[in-house]
Amino acid sequence: MSSAAVAAKPILAVEHVAVHFGGLIAISDMNFDVREGELVSLIGPNGAGKTTAFNVITGFLKPTKGRVTFRGESLNGLKPHEVTSLGLVRTFQRTSVFEKISVFENVLIGLHRRTKASLLGTILALPSERRAEAALREEVWEILRLVGIDHQADEMGGSLPYGDQRLLGVALALAANPSALLLDEPVSGMNASETGRFIDLLNKLRANGKTILLVEHDMPMVMGISDRIVVLNYGRIIANGTPSQIQNDPDVIQAYLGQGVKHA
Amino acid sequence: MKRFLPYLAVAFFASVPLWLQDQYFLHTLVVTGIFIIAAMSLNLLLGYTGQLSLGHVAFFGIGAYVSALTSLGFSLSIFGVQITHEPWPAVVGVILGTIIAGLCGYLIGKLAFRVRGAYFVIVTISFAEVVRLVSLNWVELTNGPLALPGIPPLTLGFEWTGFATLWGKGQNYYVVLATIVLAYVLIKRIVNSPYGRAMIALRENETLATSVGVSVTKYLVLAAVISGAMAGTAGGLYAHYIQIIDPMVFMFLNTVTMVIMVITGGKGTLAGPLVGGLIFGIAPVILRDYVGPEVQWILYGLLMILIVFVLPEGIVPAVERWFTRKTGNSAAKRSALVLESSKGARS
Ligand SMILES: Nc1ncnc2c1ncn2[C@@H]1O[C@H](COP(=O)(O)OP(=O)(O)OP(=O)(O)O)[C@@H](O)[C@H]1O
Ligand SMILES: [Mg+2]
Repeated sequence: MSSAAVAAKPILAVEHVAVHFGGLIAISDMNFDVREGELVSLIGPNGAGKTTAFNVITGFLKPTKGRVTFRGESLNGLKPHEVTSLGLVRTFQRTSVFEKISVFENVLIGLHRRTKASLLGTILALPSERRAEAALREEVWEILRLVGIDHQADEMGGSLPYGDQRLLGVALALAANPSALLLDEPVSGMNASETGRFIDLLNKLRANGKTILLVEHDMPMVMGISDRIVVLNYGRIIANGTPSQIQNDPDVIQAYLGQGVKHA
Repeated sequence: MKRFLPYLAVAFFASVPLWLQDQYFLHTLVVTGIFIIAAMSLNLLLGYTGQLSLGHVAFFGIGAYVSALTSLGFSLSIFGVQITHEPWPAVVGVILGTIIAGLCGYLIGKLAFRVRGAYFVIVTISFAEVVRLVSLNWVELTNGPLALPGIPPLTLGFEWTGFATLWGKGQNYYVVLATIVLAYVLIKRIVNSPYGRAMIALRENETLATSVGVSVTKYLVLAAVISGAMAGTAGGLYAHYIQIIDPMVFMFLNTVTMVIMVITGGKGTLAGPLVGGLIFGIAPVILRDYVGPEVQWILYGLLMILIVFVLPEGIVPAVERWFTRKTGNSAAKRSALVLESSKGARS
């Protein structure tokens, strides 16, 4: 755990959130926060409610109870694109890229939040709009290089190998210029070397000051990279602490790590 | 080659009135051109945002009626208040028709895009039906089924240049051609801009688009406004060219014609509505010499089914693909986003 993260204030706070789907309680009274610059992992067995938590935080789902705040502002009632415009951006568990659009243009779409085109300027094809567009294209290359898929810029999103599609999903999210990034199982389906490179990418992002909330089943990765881990089981938080605290927590071992996952 | 195609096409069509003898065929081209403008406007919604407006003729008809009434003048009483409007120039009518059709696009967009897909289709159909009923029954304003006759033709010019009244087919032909060029450039600039990218992103994957910050309502409504306004312009041109309109202008068949033009030509492509529009605008005139009207409609339908089955994406994408294969340019796979290959200059 980096000491900077301890001192920082929470920027994302999930306060007493509950989500019911009819009779099913997907989340009951969830309470945790993420501090500026911190990397927090949200882990738990399948169906524990991790993705549901992401959906609530990013405005795709209204909580039955409770609220989420980001930088002190309540996110209740905000639409997903409004949450994004506050700098809180997510990726999806099921691979989500614009399949019939080239990788380059995928990221160009991702840069939507950074375009300041005016409709009139666009219609009149003003030189300023063209310059802005050229600058945007430059940014696309930077993001593609950062994520490491620049050599595939001309491929269609849907024709990339699975692992690269996951990376493209992250590139899209990064293009939206998040200050806090929510990653839902980013390395699922990646092989060991791809995962290794992804961890390098995460470290780069952290060095740039990005706050990260990570959902991931890859325990060695989670234990190695997290400042703090929140453990969810059947919609309830059963533990919240540093990797070593979590590894030695009897409840966690019972509920989760006991399922055959070896200690990292 | 592909870069010059639009210029060649414009040059060719500009020359047509110079050598075409058949005045009826020229008339067909003017009407076809007007419908092409409407089809282009529909394409912005259907092709780029993926929302099917099956009431698109409403915007066309509103443009036609607003433009006609503005230039004819009218007098009616609403709740005992007498409103009299003195005739204004036809050009002002077309502009007003465009604006009001655009406003209707805004209202329909706001209403319908809350729930998209099938619901939008139903709202647009109902809207067109309501407008048709109004045009039929508000006799004091629209003359109802008796039609609005004597709509003045467009006049162009200024106080200091003198005015030219566009009575002839040839003159109207050039006005329509110029409008098509303007509409084409407008749509091209929009779809190749961040605005168009947002619309296409919503069409391709709405969840993902919103997650990177694209506002669904903003961009769908924007598309509906531009689309409605452009269809309104087409309607205005129609009214001043034909010089008489009645509620038949709102018939569903007109919407269907626009949809057919867009789908067969290639929705979501710039040239699609032009190609589809030319085929389905001119086909009736050619078929007319050989078969009766009923058979004509059957052939029309068969032609559409054939095109959709053989080339499900439409003619333009198919030709493009064939062309790239011919020239051996295998790298130019077609991205759904940008039509003119606009690969970022690699740095
Ligand atoms: N839209 C929905 N409607 C009904 N039930 C849902 C919905 N979304 C999720 N659930 C249920 O809520 C519970 C939590 O699901 P969630 O997807 O959040 O789990 P998860 O922790 O992300 O699991 P995994 O590790 O498999 O991704 C599950 O029982 C799931 O079936
Ligand atoms: Mg999940």
